[in-house]
Amino acid sequence: MTADLLLTLPVLAPAIGVALCALAWGHPLLQRLISLAASLGLFCASVVLLLAVRDGTVIATQFGGWAPPFGISFVGDMFSAAMVLITGLMAVAVGVYGLVGDVEARENAFYHVLYQGLLLGVTGAFLTGDIFNLYVWFEIMLISSFGLLSLGGTREQLDAGIKYVTLNLIATTFFLMSVAFLYGMTGTLNMADLARVIPTLENQGLVTALALMFLATFGAKAAVFPLFYWLPAAYHTASAPIVAIFAALLTKVGVYAIIRTFTLLFDGDAGYTGPIVTAVAIFTMVTGVLGAAAHFDIRRILSFHIVSQIGYMLFGIAVATPLAIGGSILYVIHHIIVKANLFLIAGVVNRAGGSFDLKQTGGLYRTMPMLGVLFLIPALSLAGLPPLSGFWSKFTVIKASLDAGHIVLATAGLAVGILTLYSMIKIWNEAFWKAAPDQSGQTMRRWQADRRAKIIMLSPVVVLAAITLTIGLFAEPFVDYSLRAGEQLLDKSAYIDAVFGAPAQVTEARP
Amino acid sequence: MEPVFALAFGVMVAVAAYLLMSRNVLRVVLGLLVLGNATNLSIFLAGRMGSRTPPLVAAGETALVGGANPLPQALILTAIVISFSLVAFTTVLFESAHRRLGTVDTDAMREAEPEAAKKVPTDRSQAAARKMEPAE
Repeated sequence: MTADLLLTLPVLAPAIGVALCALAWGHPLLQRLISLAASLGLFCASVVLLLAVRDGTVIATQFGGWAPPFGISFVGDMFSAAMVLITGLMAVAVGVYGLVGDVEARENAFYHVLYQGLLLGVTGAFLTGDIFNLYVWFEIMLISSFGLLSLGGTREQLDAGIKYVTLNLIATTFFLMSVAFLYGMTGTLNMADLARVIPTLENQGLVTALALMFLATFGAKAAVFPLFYWLPAAYHTASAPIVAIFAALLTKVGVYAIIRTFTLLFDGDAGYTGPIVTAVAIFTMVTGVLGAAAHFDIRRILSFHIVSQIGYMLFGIAVATPLAIGGSILYVIHHIIVKANLFLIAGVVNRAGGSFDLKQTGGLYRTMPMLGVLFLIPALSLAGLPPLSGFWSKFTVIKASLDAGHIVLATAGLAVGILTLYSMIKIWNEAFWKAAPDQSGQTMRRWQADRRAKIIMLSPVVVLAAITLTIGLFAEPFVDYSLRAGEQLLDKSAYIDAVFGAPAQVTEARP
Repeated sequence: MEPVFALAFGVMVAVAAYLLMSRNVLRVVLGLLVLGNATNLSIFLAGRMGSRTPPLVAAGETALVGGANPLPQALILTAIVISFSLVAFTTVLFESAHRRLGTVDTDAMREAEPEAAKKVPTDRSQAAARKMEPAE
């Protein structure tokens, strides 16, 4: 298959999904079929893309027949292909899970259209090679997420929506402003062209200032300290499948953008941005995990853990060695699967145990021992216990930081791992281990009787837990792929050559 | 001309920052609107303000000679459409929140994150709590 098709199909599948789901308005069954088919299409296209780039080639395509750097480029390398594949996997898993329970109510409010719109924005953001185009994908992703978050229109959701929408809008507007300044300095928006032009600029001090502006905007998207307040204020109000897909993808797009820009565009002044990112990573990990320790609602505990885990993903940029960047990539991949799975299990706990509030549920291990095991796999993986996927990704980033002499960063990472374990054990003790409260028998019987809901909700959980186990027990190919992807990110010439065809000469900055 | 526009950009960002820090959600919407327009102005400035000739390639020519920079105009057009739709959505969201929650004060909106019961309540949170009681 040509590069054009390889890079376009993953975006085309959800785009067609959006259009057809909107056309099938009023036919919920048809919408479900289209949505699932589009998600499957995205997954298949992403597998083909990954197979094409896994040997280290970078593929690129230009839209509209414009020669680079004038048109919009799409670029696929090992990192973006892995992110697209994981998006496809989540699209299918959460898409199946989303067919349960109150789906009719959601479908009346454009659920499938918005769901596919979210996937469209995320996939586009992973594949684009143009920084203004990245802004457009961010907006597509955002407006879909606004819709999904306020889908039910309850008082809680409206309140959460206000904070989520306002803070995210400010962040993206700031992003656009940074893009404008970058364009003013370099005269180009193509990321491969920017990578060539930025090192030749005279005023490198301004480049560093601009790098910090991008760090702030993408940091707000990725929910790092001190810009994460929108996340714990909003996530716990959405229904289980929606918050699962949010947790899996939204913040990771911010992390992806940070890693991409700080390896491709702004790697010149690592001595200045490095300590800042290190401090941000430490505070993100610590505040997130402490926030989680204070809560008794499963969704709120897990939301704070998203924040906490983002800190580990910044190790790559803080330490800036190939091993650390590879470790960060492995961490993102592992985290998306584990975190989405935990939110899916939280949905099951709510349905079977009657509440998201840990104080009002319990005894689930007695009635559903298998669910207990299914919870322990992602929970212990999140905390980083061997032999699960979290152990290898934590091991890689912490080894990389110790190798580079970042003792404080490594210590914080290990300490936060223990506190993560504390939160997971709290959920285990309260929801699974302690005696069931008196009134919970009825909801449990209703759950046991509903075979369809059980199959739909538990099959994605089983599949994702199996993947977590696979990454843990057969870590070699996954670690190897991530490390090679990290090395590829540090070698900018492959990316630039892929966009410009043959090795190109550096052109002068166009004011 | 450029220093004047740069100054206007700075003033607009300052106004937007002031409005965004308000507790009144109506002012927050206005702040978002002003911030979006300030950003559009910054894109326009980034493209340099030189020629006033429309960026049209004359018949028979293959390259643009002496016209205004067309790229910022394309970017701003995209950004205006996006910010317009987002501000429209935000206004509707804030209005429905105003109807359902009965307040435009962001400090009084504690529906999603209720305050812990044992904390000594301040005057404002007491008022907010009283307002919320009937719905609970």
